[in-house]
Amino acid sequence: MSNIFTKRLTKELRDLQANPPAGIVVDKADDDLKSWKVVIRGAEGTLYDGETFKLQFKFSNNYPLESPEVIFLDNIPIHPHIYSNGHICLSILYDQWSPALTISSVCLSIQSMLSSAVKKERPPDNAMYILTAKKSPKATTWAFHDDKV
Amino acid sequence: MSAMDYDDDYMDDDDVDEYDSDTGMDVDDDGEDDYGAGDGFAPVVADRDVKKPYEVDFKVHSTDEIVAFQTKEVAHVAGILGCLPEHAATLLRTFKWNKERLIERYMEDPEGESEKAGVVMDAQKQAKFAIVKGFECPICCNDDADMETLALHCEHRFCRDCYAHYLNEKVAEQGESRRIQCMSAGCKVVVDEITVEKVVAPEILAKYRSLLLRTYVDDSVHLKWCPAPDCVYAIECHIASNQLLEVVPTVRCKCGHQFCFGCGLPDHQPCICVLVRFWLKKCADDSETANWISANTKECMKCMSTIEKNGGCNHMTCKKCKHEFCWVCLGPWSDHGTAWYNCNRFDEKASIDARDTQAKSRQALERYLHYYNRYANHEQSAKLSSELLEKTAIKMEALQSTSTLSWIEVQFLRKACDVLLESRMTLKWTYSFAYFLSRDNMTALFEDNQRDLEMAVENLNELLERPIPGVDVASTAATTITPQQQPSHHHVNNGAGTPTSMSKEPSATSLPPLTPSHSTPSVLVEDSIRDLRQQVLDKMGYVKTRREVLLSDTTQGLREHRWGMNVDMKTGILFD
Ligand SMILES: [Zn+2]
Ligand SMILES: [Zn+2]
Ligand SMILES: [Zn+2]
Ligand SMILES: [Zn+2]
Ligand SMILES: [Zn+2]
Ligand SMILES: [Zn+2]
Repeated sequence: MSNIFTKRLTKELRDLQANPPAGIVVDKADDDLKSWKVVIRGAEGTLYDGETFKLQFKFSNNYPLESPEVIFLDNIPIHPHIYSNGHICLSILYDQWSPALTISSVCLSIQSMLSSAVKKERPPDNAMYILTAKKSPKATTWAFHDDKV
Repeated sequence: MSAMDYDDDYMDDDDVDEYDSDTGMDVDDDGEDDYGAGDGFAPVVADRDVKKPYEVDFKVHSTDEIVAFQTKEVAHVAGILGCLPEHAATLLRTFKWNKERLIERYMEDPEGESEKAGVVMDAQKQAKFAIVKGFECPICCNDDADMETLALHCEHRFCRDCYAHYLNEKVAEQGESRRIQCMSAGCKVVVDEITVEKVVAPEILAKYRSLLLRTYVDDSVHLKWCPAPDCVYAIECHIASNQLLEVVPTVRCKCGHQFCFGCGLPDHQPCICVLVRFWLKKCADDSETANWISANTKECMKCMSTIEKNGGCNHMTCKKCKHEFCWVCLGPWSDHGTAWYNCNRFDEKASIDARDTQAKSRQALERYLHYYNRYANHEQSAKLSSELLEKTAIKMEALQSTSTLSWIEVQFLRKACDVLLESRMTLKWTYSFAYFLSRDNMTALFEDNQRDLEMAVENLNELLERPIPGVDVASTAATTITPQQQPSHHHVNNGAGTPTSMSKEPSATSLPPLTPSHSTPSVLVEDSIRDLRQQVLDKMGYVKTRREVLLSDTTQGLREHRWGMNVDMKTGILFD
C-alpha cells in the first residue's frame, strides 16, 4: 500500500500545483507526504468571502483506503459544523470516505460547506464537544447534523 | 450379577441426550415455505413422547445447514423476482430476510427497491472485468496498459488491485460483508458476492462468507448462534416475544450448552427472562447493600469477627469471644460503668426517625438477602461442579476396579451428577423467581415444590459425596487423577443454606452398613455396590420428578396468570 500512497499523493500534489481549483492552494507538503497544509479561501458572495483558512491533512500509510485526518488550524472558521478545536463534522471525512476522494475534492466539499452557511455560529454542542474530544477527529463517533449545511 | 437390567434403566433414563440424535442433520426439504421470517414452519420438535409444559420446540443446525437455508431462500426469491441469485441475496439482506415484505415491496416498486438495496437487475450491466486502453485508476494512479479493471453496473471503473485492497480492508479489518459499496464516493451500489468471489484471496473470501452467514443468523428472529465459545451451531426456535412471559425457552445445543433462546443466558428455568434481568440488575446494584452492611456492622475489637447491630441497645456482646463493648464508641463496655448513656454521643430522640427508616430498609434488605443467599448458595454449589465431577470420575474408576461393574454400568454416577447440577441451577433460579412473587396461597404451593426439590437435591448430593463401602477410592485416585486432586478433600456444598430442620423425603431408606474396606468379602462389596446403585438411581429419579413437577407447575401458573407478582414488569420496580 505504501507504494500506492506515494504514487497517489505525488500525483495529487502535482495536479494541485499545476491546476489548483479556485481558492485552494497547497501551502506545504512534508517530504514524506504524510502531512500537508492547504489554504482555502471563502467563496465570493458568501459569509466567508475574502477570509482564508488553513487545513491540516494527515495521511496514514493506508491512504487512500483510509481517510485522511483533516482539521482547521489557527483561524478556525465560525460555522455550525466546525468546532472551535478545528474538528469538522463532515461525513466524507469519516464513515462516508471513499478511496476515490482526493485532497482536492475534500477541500472543495469543505469550501462548499462554508458557502452554504446562513449564519456564523458554532455547533450547539461545541462547549461539550471540545471538552471531551480526542485530539484526532477520527476518534469521534460522528452523528452528522445534516448534509446540506 | 445381572448387568442387563442396570443398562436398561440407565439408558431409558437418558432423555437429555436424545435431543442430539433426534434433531440431527435433516435439512428441511419439504417445500419452500418452511423457512424464513414469519411464515409457517415445519414442526421443529424432536419427536419425544410428550412435550412437557416448560419445554419448547427447537432445532440445532450446523453451519452447512444454515448455508443451505440461505441458498434455498435466495433461489426461491430469485425465482419469484426473476433475477440473479446474487441480486436476490442483496435484496434479502436489505430486508433482513423478511421474504414476504421484500416481495410485496418489490412488486410495488422494483426500481426503487433495487436502487435502495444497491442492486441493478439489468443483465447487460453486470460487474465486468476489462482491460481498458488509456485508463488510469483514480485510486492508485496506475495506468499500465495490461492492467485489469473492474466496474460494477454503475460503471465506476477502478483497477482490480485497488478493489482487492479495498475488499480486504472492508472484510478483514472492518468486518463488513452485507453492504460493501462501490469505491466511488457517494455511490450506493453494493459489491455482490459473485464479484467479491472473483476479486479476493481465498482466506478473505472465507471470512466474507462467514460474516455473511453471521448476519443471516443475526437478522433472523428465529435463529441464534449458540453462545458457547467456539461453538459453530445455530439454534432455530419459534418463540414469540410475548411468550417469554410464560415460558423460559431453554434450548440445548449439540455442543451440550443449554441456554435460553429468549435472552441468550445459560438456562434459567423457571425464572422468566424479564425477571432474570431485574434480578441480575438487583444483584449488580448490590454495592448499595454492601454499603448498608458496612454501615450497620462493626468488627469486634478483640477477635475481628463481624458483628451486626440488631437492636437499639449499645451494649454489644461479641458472640464469638464474648467481648463486651459499646456500639457507639467501640470502647470496652466496662469503661461505661453500669450506665450506657455514659457515652453521650448517642442521642436517642434524634435517632428514632433514623432507626425507623433503618428498620424499613433493613426489612427489605433482609427479604432480599433471604433469596439472594439461597440463590448464591446453589450457584456456588454448581460452580463446584467440576470438583464433584472429578470426584465422581474417581469413584467410577474405583467401582470398576473393585467390582465386576463395566464402564457402562458405572455411568449412573456420572448421570446422577448431571441431574444434580441441572436441578441446582433450577433451584437457584427458583429463588430469584420467588423474590418477585407476592405472598399468597399460590406462593405457598410454589414454595412447597421448591422445598421438595431442594430436599431431593440435598439427599442426592449427600449420597454422591458419601464414600462407597468397600471401595478404596484413594488408591485408585493416585493412579488416575492429578496429584492435587484429593478425593473427599472437602465437601461440595453439603446442603449449606438449607434449613437443617428439613425432613427427609419419604422414599429415603437407610444405607447399607458401612463395612471396613480391607476385610470385605467381594460378594458383600458387590451387594453393597448394587445397593448403592439402586439408591442413587432412586434418588436421581426422584430429583428428576420433583424438578419436572416444579417446572411444569410454574410454567402452567405463568400461563394461567396464577402467580401474583410484586414487581412492575415494565420498570422492574418492586411494589410495597
Ligand atoms: Zn487502482
Ligand atoms: Zn459506483
Ligand atoms: Zn453450542
Ligand atoms: Zn432468558
Ligand atoms: Zn469478638
Ligand atoms: Zn460508648
